[in-house]
This record gives sequence, C-alpha cells and structure tokens, in this order.
Amino acid sequence: MRSVYLPGNWTELWEYLARNPRALLYAGGTDLLLKVRTGKVDPVALICLERIEEMKGVTESADAIRLGACTTLAVLLDHPLLQKHFPVLIKALRELGSPLIRRMGTIGGNICNASPAGDTLPPLYILGAEVELKTGSTLRTLPVSGFIRGPGLTQLQPGEIMSAVVLKKQPDYNISHFEKVGLRKALACSVVSMAAVLTLSPDGIIGKTRLAWGSIGPTIVTSPDVEDLLTGKKLTPEVLQAAAGIIRQELSPLDDLRAEADYRRDVAGNLLLRLADYR
Amino acid sequence: MKITFVLNGIKKEIDAAPDRRVVDILREDLGLTGTKEGCGAGECGACTILVGDEPRLSCLMLAAQLEGLNITTVEGLSKDGELHTLQQAFAGSGAVQCGFCTPGMLMTALAFLKKNPHPDRAAIREALSGNLCRCTGYQKIIDAVETAARTLSGKENS
Repeated sequence: MRSVYLPGNWTELWEYLARNPRALLYAGGTDLLLKVRTGKVDPVALICLERIEEMKGVTESADAIRLGACTTLAVLLDHPLLQKHFPVLIKALRELGSPLIRRMGTIGGNICNASPAGDTLPPLYILGAEVELKTGSTLRTLPVSGFIRGPGLTQLQPGEIMSAVVLKKQPDYNISHFEKVGLRKALACSVVSMAAVLTLSPDGIIGKTRLAWGSIGPTIVTSPDVEDLLTGKKLTPEVLQAAAGIIRQELSPLDDLRAEADYRRDVAGNLLLRLADYR
Repeated sequence: MKITFVLNGIKKEIDAAPDRRVVDILREDLGLTGTKEGCGAGECGACTILVGDEPRLSCLMLAAQLEGLNITTVEGLSKDGELHTLQQAFAGSGAVQCGFCTPGMLMTALAFLKKNPHPDRAAIREALSGNLCRCTGYQKIIDAVETAARTLSGKENS
C-alpha cells in the first residue's frame, strides 16, 4: 500500500514533496496509473494534482495565452480563447484519446509524459510553446522543444513541477491544419500525425510556415528544409510532392506494434499533400 | 484510510487503501458490480461512473480521490424499482447485446443528455466515442440515446 496525497494548493504540495521527495506526481492519471498498475514504476507515494485550482485555467495577456498545467484537455478543447488564437491545437485536441480521456488528462501531463505520439506536441512545437517549471519560489522557462529530450524523457529536475504552458499569439497564420492517422478514429494512439500552420496570401503564395510530425521519431520531428522549400512558393500539389520527398528522406521512423517504418515514412509525406485542400 | 463520499445519493464512509482503484472499491468492497472493468487502461469506457455530473473512468481513479465527491454508478439510475428513461430506451431499442458495455454507455449518455438535451446522431456518436461495444451494436445504442432524448424532452414539456 502506498499513500496518495491530494494537496489543495502549491504550499501544501511543496510541504508534502519536501517530506516525500521520491513521491511521483499525476494529474489525470491516464498514463502514470497504468505504469503503476503494470509494475513499470513502483513509487513509494503518489501525489494527485487534480485539486490544485491554482494550476488550472486559461488566462490571456496582451500577446500570449497561459494554460495552467493541470487544465484538462476537455476544458482546453471547449475554450473560446484557444479556438480563436490556436485552431491547430484545437484540431489536435479533438483527435486526442476520447471524451473520457480528455476529461481526465491534462496539457501538462501530455507534455511531461513526453510520448512521441502525444497529440498536443506537434501543435505546441510549431506554435513555439514555452513551459514554466517551478521549484519552490524559483521559476524557469523552456521552449517545449528543448524541454522534451526523448521518449518519456524531459528536462524536469527532481522536485521541479510544470506549472503552465505559454503560447504567444500568432496573428500571421491563416491556415491551421492537423491530421492524425490511427488504427481507428477514437481511442487510438497515433501512427503518424502532422500539424501545420501557414500564412497563405490571397493569390496562393506560402509565406511563413511551420510543420511538425508526431509518432515518427523519438521526439516530435520538424524540418527546416521542408519549411524553406515551401516558403515563397505557390501552394500546388507539385510543390507539396517535392516537400514530401524531402521529409521522407529525412526521417528514420520507428517500427512498432502499430506500424512499420516504411509505412510511417510514406504516410508522413502523404500527410503534406493534404495541404493542397486549402488552395 | 477513512474516506467519506456520497454514492448514489447515500453518504458512505469506507476504510480503504488510498491507492486502491475506484472500480475495485465499487465492485469488490461495496458489491456494486454494475460498473464493469474491460481494459483497465482507460480505453474502453466500461468502468465509467459519474463524478458530480461528469463521466469519469473508475479504473483510472484511486480511492483517495473519492474524498468528498458525489458519485453515481449505474445502480443509482433506477428509482423506486422503475428503470431510468435511458435504461428503458436501451432495452426498448435492442441496444443491449452482451450487456458488458451498457453501464458505461448509460453513464456517459446520461451526462451527455444533461448538457445536450436535443442532440443529433453525429453528436451522440462523438459523445460515446470513448465507450467501446465489442458486439458492435452502435446503431441501436445511438437509436436508444435518441429515443431517450425525445422522451426526456417530452417529459419536460408536459
């Protein structure tokens, strides 16, 4: 039997953590509790963050939106500020897990779990999201792309807790795209996913663009070469084919239970072709 | 540890290991076997219960999290020996095949209809997408939720 503690605020959390430095934290529990049950981790104590109201909610400043790390994915999906400013994240949230999983899982959990298949990660990478990490009263900020080091690996230090995700508003992008290929529509881990944001001029010329792929490497994959190739070009199937060729060459995907590497490489390129629908 | 919560309208005080799963507390300690465990991993929805008005997966909740909550399980749906409108609609529409997914479907559908009293079929499908029916009887389950929505809104109007 291990103890399970539910702090009601930051102060209680720090006090408990000081006395139980080896306790593991969870928010929704959709990942950690499975690992505990299957014996992959065997923590002496668990801390559940779901009652810390200070860690939840969405707030707006002049140029950014701040998401409390323990805000559930369901709350984010329904949030007007995110729908207005970050449609690419909304599209990804809609594909994540199921309504039940989204009601329990949180944005901080999806990031700290650092799964290559985490559905919020490709949008967060291309939006240049930053994460706030707290230890007592000290706070540091890292880009999400620097925070995640590998499958299940992050820059979190012992005793450090993710408090929020900060997204800068990006009024330039007028196209937001996310597509996930999975084995079924709901409740399926992604086999390959791609998120894209673009500035498309009225005559179809691509201005600024950012793209990211999920589930095809140890972490989210981005490609400056693909972005450079697309920038300044007219959005045509031929240009997208050329870009698809580049990303297929750059990738060295995983073979796993859900798909083989060659299939993933093909699909990663094919997902780019979908952008032709925005012409 | 001592845990106090409300279960199907009745205050309960239990003594349980804090890291015991809620689905096990319900089924094994309290004998409420209506709540099912399918995958035990959050992927099937069979263990869905209501926390307040929100559906949650009881296989991914620990006993300590129950403290102070208001829980409804499928056993809390019928009143005075009469099935809930939603249960009647499931029976009447042939939405119950093996029955294993039914309690979870009912709890998810109940919470959904409270928020969306007049849903279309696409919205019902989306709402139930976290609950798997391995008999694949989805059409009739959606029929049942539609029927229940009509009956419930009729009751409101009368």
